Amino acid sequence: MKRLAPIRGEWIDRSRSVAFELEGRIHTGFAGDTITSALCGADVRVLGRSFKYHRPRGVLSLANHDVNALLQWNDRPNVRADATPLADEMRLFAVNTDGGLDQDRRRFLDRLSPFLPVGFYYKAFHDRRWFPRWEAMFRALTGLGRVSVTTERRRTPKRYDFCDVLVIGAGPSGLSAALAAADAGARVVIVDENARAGGSGTYALVGDDDPVGARTRDRVVRCAEHPRVSLRTGTVAAGCYADHWVPLVERDRITKMRARAVVIATGAFEQPAVFRGNDVPGVMLASAAQRLLHRYAVAPMTRAVVLAANRDGYRAALDLLAHGIDVAAVADLNESPADDAACRELASRGIPVRLGHGVYEARAGHDVLRDAVLAPLTPDGALNAARTERIGCDGLVVSVGWAPAANLLYQAGARMHYDELLAQFVPGALPPGVFACGRVNGVYAFEAKLADGERAGLEAAGALGLRAAGAAPLVPAEVQRPSHPYPIFSHPKGKNFVDFDEDLQLQDFANAVQEGFDNIELLKRYTTVGMGPSQGKHSNMNAVRILARLTGQPIEAVGTTTARPFFHPVPLAHLAGRGFTVERETPLHSRHEALGAVLMLAGHWRRPEYYAVPGSRRLGAIREEVLAVRNSVGLIDVGTLGKIEVSGPDAAAFLERVYTGRFANMSPGSTRYCLMVDEAGTIIDDGVVARLGDQRFYFTTTTSGSATVYRELTRLNTMWRMQCGIVNVTGHRAAVNLAGPKARDVLSRLTRSDMSEAVFPYLAARELEVAGIPARVLRIGFVGELGYEIHVAHDRASSLWDALMEAGSELGIRPFGVEAQRLLRLEKGHLIVGQDTDGLTNPFEAGCGWAVKMDKPFFVGQRSLAILAKKPSRQALVGIELVPGEAVDRVAECHLVIEAGEIAGRVTSVAFSPTLGRHIGLAMLAPALAEPGRQIAIRVTDGALVTAKVVRAPFYDADGRRQKLAEAA
Amino acid sequence: MKLLHCPVNGPRPVSEFVYWGEIRPMPDPARASDAEWADYVFNRDAAAGVKREWWCHVPSGVWFVAERDTARDAVLRTYLWGEGA
Repeated sequence: MKRLAPIRGEWIDRSRSVAFELEGRIHTGFAGDTITSALCGADVRVLGRSFKYHRPRGVLSLANHDVNALLQWNDRPNVRADATPLADEMRLFAVNTDGGLDQDRRRFLDRLSPFLPVGFYYKAFHDRRWFPRWEAMFRALTGLGRVSVTTERRRTPKRYDFCDVLVIGAGPSGLSAALAAADAGARVVIVDENARAGGSGTYALVGDDDPVGARTRDRVVRCAEHPRVSLRTGTVAAGCYADHWVPLVERDRITKMRARAVVIATGAFEQPAVFRGNDVPGVMLASAAQRLLHRYAVAPMTRAVVLAANRDGYRAALDLLAHGIDVAAVADLNESPADDAACRELASRGIPVRLGHGVYEARAGHDVLRDAVLAPLTPDGALNAARTERIGCDGLVVSVGWAPAANLLYQAGARMHYDELLAQFVPGALPPGVFACGRVNGVYAFEAKLADGERAGLEAAGALGLRAAGAAPLVPAEVQRPSHPYPIFSHPKGKNFVDFDEDLQLQDFANAVQEGFDNIELLKRYTTVGMGPSQGKHSNMNAVRILARLTGQPIEAVGTTTARPFFHPVPLAHLAGRGFTVERETPLHSRHEALGAVLMLAGHWRRPEYYAVPGSRRLGAIREEVLAVRNSVGLIDVGTLGKIEVSGPDAAAFLERVYTGRFANMSPGSTRYCLMVDEAGTIIDDGVVARLGDQRFYFTTTTSGSATVYRELTRLNTMWRMQCGIVNVTGHRAAVNLAGPKARDVLSRLTRSDMSEAVFPYLAARELEVAGIPARVLRIGFVGELGYEIHVAHDRASSLWDALMEAGSELGIRPFGVEAQRLLRLEKGHLIVGQDTDGLTNPFEAGCGWAVKMDKPFFVGQRSLAILAKKPSRQALVGIELVPGEAVDRVAECHLVIEAGEIAGRVTSVAFSPTLGRHIGLAMLAPALAEPGRQIAIRVTDGALVTAKVVRAPFYDADGRRQKLAEAA
Repeated sequence: MKLLHCPVNGPRPVSEFVYWGEIRPMPDPARASDAEWADYVFNRDAAAGVKREWWCHVPSGVWFVAERDTARDAVLRTYLWGEGA
């Protein structure tokens, strides 16, 4: 192989040399080369070692899935040499060798191949005791590139894009489709995975002056210049998802393209013939040889033998001749030539054409092709080994057939059926908005491809309501069969490869079928055909033909396997996201930070867990906050609570239908606890309802429930059509809870309103001004002290906070965080929905039966609760006290309660109460254990049992005197 | 990513929506037996076919009905509650 004089349309830039290194040897290529083409230009023929037998391999298809040329490039494993542009100072190593390409010490495996048939691993290495040893051995023997765990993180941009028509594949038919759709008025994006557009029109040529080349180039230019066409090369359409959603993968980014219609013009994969030695470096597909010639100006060989079964093979032979390559012979699998004119031309130039002949064997010398051995076909399609003819050559060019590159069509939901005339699969009915043209559509002749592309482009535009002036052209029928129905030949010594990724030979298929794996999906899994990196692009069609022959079925009945995304391997860096997580902050966030808050995540909210105090540790700081609330006054930001307004004539009736309690009898200016259950009667949320007026309610939900509760209420009223409006004001309103015996003193300093017990009693709600800020003030007692929940517009929150902190400074006001609040409510025995309840807890079990008013006409969950009320309860939420001892600090939430060796409950909350001086908690227990005074055993993380005692909650101020009637300051 | 047609906002990516289950008529709570009620609350018909489902376009809060063929994962039509007939 050597570089030729410049060829028209070549992709390389001869003014820019690129030096690179393969396994320590320095080579030079040109800008525009792929790694493979540069190596071919430098006469390197062995590009890789095969996966299983470590056989030398060279160029096979040069169609971006030559998996036997995978390289390690610094920390990048499994770089595809035929698809990767050459870059300066690349240092490359072949994967899967021990000692390099030429000296691979695992070459011996090739001689062991008769002892390593398909299924050998399944049968030989399943022993449980020895398996780890075998696994280690095989992992070392086989495998691909090395993953570096110290690689720097690569950030890969993700983009979104939109178009009317996405054309996938910029070959003759795709270009034609893009122009037709764009001329009809569509905004078109056309992508191609290759560095340049043109597809087969850039290489399936006879000589440099083939009009196919000129006409393709003309269409590339027209696409590039068309105002409504965006032509993107080096871009792989990696999959086809629902509603025309296609990931477009480039080297350094991924674009998520939403198209209104998709034209799939992905062409066809040329398929190898199966004969002994069909993997010897020097044996290559005709399309590979012609890509080397026309794109990279590399002579693929000096003396070629051509194995043809279609017109493409003859054209390739003439093309080689046109570039000064000696063609020693053409063997045609057919009895009559696939191309009469070309056959006559070859004959006139003295080149022997052997009709009805195949290749019996390709023989290597020093790892590369030395001879092709031809043999005539017998009437049953086998080769006559008695009449062989040996021809010396360094290249064997194979052109016996194609398989449609239908991966994306399958993913889009198309059905394919086998066309006996073409001897390959073609698309049947296509899903709406998906179109196919060119070779993937079974259209091969150049003129026909142009017409088929135009038709598909017009149909795609028409599907979008765009109408072109002219009618769609008629696509002429194929006059010549592009694929041979069975280019597969057995040989007594094997080494006739079907799958080049996985080193599967013809006999492996016979063995698999004999063992009962005679369905295409079973065959695939047993032999691993099509499961290597090329995903069957070289092998699936032949595997289907072989299975059909072995089982005596028609190919249509055998079918194909599923083609899953991605079309080519996609680096994980392209798929990895940025770890984007929403985090919300309340309007008081800057105040918390200024006060040294230690923040925690509660749902999406960043909330103060506690406020750090110099000289105090976490627990110390939390205890100080608790004691401040109990003894003087504390202030907590509760703006994360869900806040919803319901107003209208049916507002009260609506609340009665969605919550378990009664609200119609509330007087304006009062509040009430509210509990929400689902249809099964399970607790899902709770909060406080304030009646602001006859038809006006304002209520809170849990922090985590705000979005879903609001959404569910709107859904229910969509059905019920009650006369009320529901507004979510969670983000609009801020809220703080001012709590402690001195809370009223603080508040009185900031308002002219009468705060006396008579005017503003426990559970009242008032709209008044605090520090000049209009506020809704709810007098509630979640933490068990005199408390005011003050709700203001979010933009007044900081002013309110500052005023309260200043007014309370003399009284020792302290901000307190989520941890202190949890402890304070635990001392009061108040449950937290989602912590002390779970997805099965009903109100009776949680001790909130008092909040359920069964005598209402209807509420969500009522009927289920009526059933549950009749049944004995399964569990009960009760207070527990840990018996003082060493292990009390090891008891944590979710630890199990064990009774007679069985699970009998769990701890839902537990903490040390600084107010009471002991560990307290809540536990969900089996009813038999739930009696006050009962001793229970809690199993902590290390398995030890810790004793606790069931007690009556609340633990603190059991009759609620402090929150209802605080002593006067 | 699939597109879903919100009856108010038009076609939007499915990530903007939440699904809230099949629409099933609630039996009269006063008349249903305990067993009938439990069947309504807990049992779902998972057979593939055309289902009427609740969907919500979250950014705009629009609840609507989607008729979806779960065998083909194809949305046949969408409409606001009460407008289907």
